[in-house]
Amino acid sequence: MSILVVMEERDGRIGRVSWEAFTAAQLLGTQLNQPVAVVIMGAQTEPLAAEFAGKHAGRVIRLEHALLAPYTPDGYCLALEQLIQSEKTSHLVFPHTYQVRDFVPALAARMGEVLIGDVVAISDGPVFTRQLMQGKLSGAYEHSGDGPCFVSVQAGAFRAEPVAAPSAGAAATIETFSPQIDAGRIRTKPGEPFRGEVQTVDLSSAQLIVSVGRGIREADNLPMVQELATALGAELAASRPICDNGWLPMERQVGSSGQSVAPRLYLAVGISGAIQHLVGMKASQCIVAINKDPDAPIFEVADYGIVGDLFEVVPALTEAVKAAKQ
Amino acid sequence: MKIIVAIKQVPERDAPIRIAASGKWIEEADLQFAMNEPDAYALEEALQLKEKHGGEVIVVSAGPERVATTIREALAKGADRALHVVCDDLADRDALGVANLLAAAIRPENPDLVLTGLQSEDVGLGQTGVILAELLGLPHSTLILQVEKTDGGIKVKRELEAGWFQTIEMPTPAVLTIQSGGNKLRYATLMGIKKARSKELRTLNAADLAASARAVVTLEQISLPKKQKSTQILPGTGKEAATALVEKLKFEVRVL
Repeated sequence: MSILVVMEERDGRIGRVSWEAFTAAQLLGTQLNQPVAVVIMGAQTEPLAAEFAGKHAGRVIRLEHALLAPYTPDGYCLALEQLIQSEKTSHLVFPHTYQVRDFVPALAARMGEVLIGDVVAISDGPVFTRQLMQGKLSGAYEHSGDGPCFVSVQAGAFRAEPVAAPSAGAAATIETFSPQIDAGRIRTKPGEPFRGEVQTVDLSSAQLIVSVGRGIREADNLPMVQELATALGAELAASRPICDNGWLPMERQVGSSGQSVAPRLYLAVGISGAIQHLVGMKASQCIVAINKDPDAPIFEVADYGIVGDLFEVVPALTEAVKAAKQ
Repeated sequence: MKIIVAIKQVPERDAPIRIAASGKWIEEADLQFAMNEPDAYALEEALQLKEKHGGEVIVVSAGPERVATTIREALAKGADRALHVVCDDLADRDALGVANLLAAAIRPENPDLVLTGLQSEDVGLGQTGVILAELLGLPHSTLILQVEKTDGGIKVKRELEAGWFQTIEMPTPAVLTIQSGGNKLRYATLMGIKKARSKELRTLNAADLAASARAVVTLEQISLPKKQKSTQILPGTGKEAATALVEKLKFEVRVL
């Protein structure tokens, strides 16, 4: 039996979260005493296979077919299903990306299996930990199916290994697997990716960010938070629901579907800290959270916290900041 | 267009969550429940498609008796009728087990479109829609913000990561998971609430649906998450805490 890790391309290279998935797969491999093989999928898999081989020893499978570009869930399910049938696979490990969320649950279901998605830790068993209730709880999951166990790992949960060239004599072995894909079985026609609105706010270069979430209740209360941002000299950002409501433009959204930021200060006002938001800001140097709920997951990543009514704390903070700057 | 929307009832967003004595689920006894918000966006998309193209919107939901209140809410917002798959062991089923129930309820309806939210706010698996597509043998796409009818199919706007999008065309019938923010959510009107009382709400018994409940993935234990950082909580009134925070920002974080 072996463990397969399916790596994904990002900007022409192996994406960071795919390296993290590789780390998770190696962890499983050590636990189960099984070899790990790397799978690169696409129409032209040579560059990524070479990138991997330049950094690591091990077995690389190029799962290649002209119909695997552009990505479609049908194409990817068909190709990977055939590879799994020809390999004795105990576990498949994926990065938890939008693309993985789009096709892996279907492939798992086809094999009578269920993806354990968005995993943040793997312990002996193996037991897979993932978050529940918007991050308020952790769940320990186990697999008991007869087929392979499908796992996807959350971005940032496993550390990508430092990149080192493989030592001489320990080169990677690269092989190619050519699946049979009939064009008629690909039912969706994807178009070229395009950017949404023209981005005029680059939050990723901001040193200080004040970010606002659902706790603000109504659009009319936003000026209060804007005042705090202005007093600090910070950019104003928001969690997804604020932008969904049209209270702030989408370009000010921080999180998995918005911008990723790592400022010196991230001050979260009325943000509970759902994982989709946390992945976009947890790399910030200092995180301050103001929230009325002491159990809000934002406090799990915060350096400083104020548990209280933001309508009381924020104006007081604005005044205190102004006074300190005088 | 005949559109089915799969909705889930979840604990209310601000509800205090406690772990049940079994350690395997949450204490449900004194919880308030509400419609899963991403599913509310799926319902909104369905209602708008019906307003443009005519047809029927049918809501399906699986869960115990209490789920009927969320179904009534969907009917009050404008859905035409509903299917309630009554089952008391939803939390024991894995994603495939739940999707099996929903698929069994949906199949005889032969819809043109099946919509659901991209994920639930309780377990957050984000898989039900995609598994439904597989079980129903239909094409699918996820994280959809807009749906447009074409000749023989649909054209959808899909959200990719980091501010990118993509247009995808596919034939109908199809399954879509809807991302939040594509539409504005409507409220139920008084008239809608009144009308909902007389709309058809058919109950199906999970035991009669020949849907396997054997879980291949099981939630063995739930616990409070491990803290990633030790948070220094600044106590006192709003003013005291604000003053203390400014001190920290000035002398420790050094951003003032």
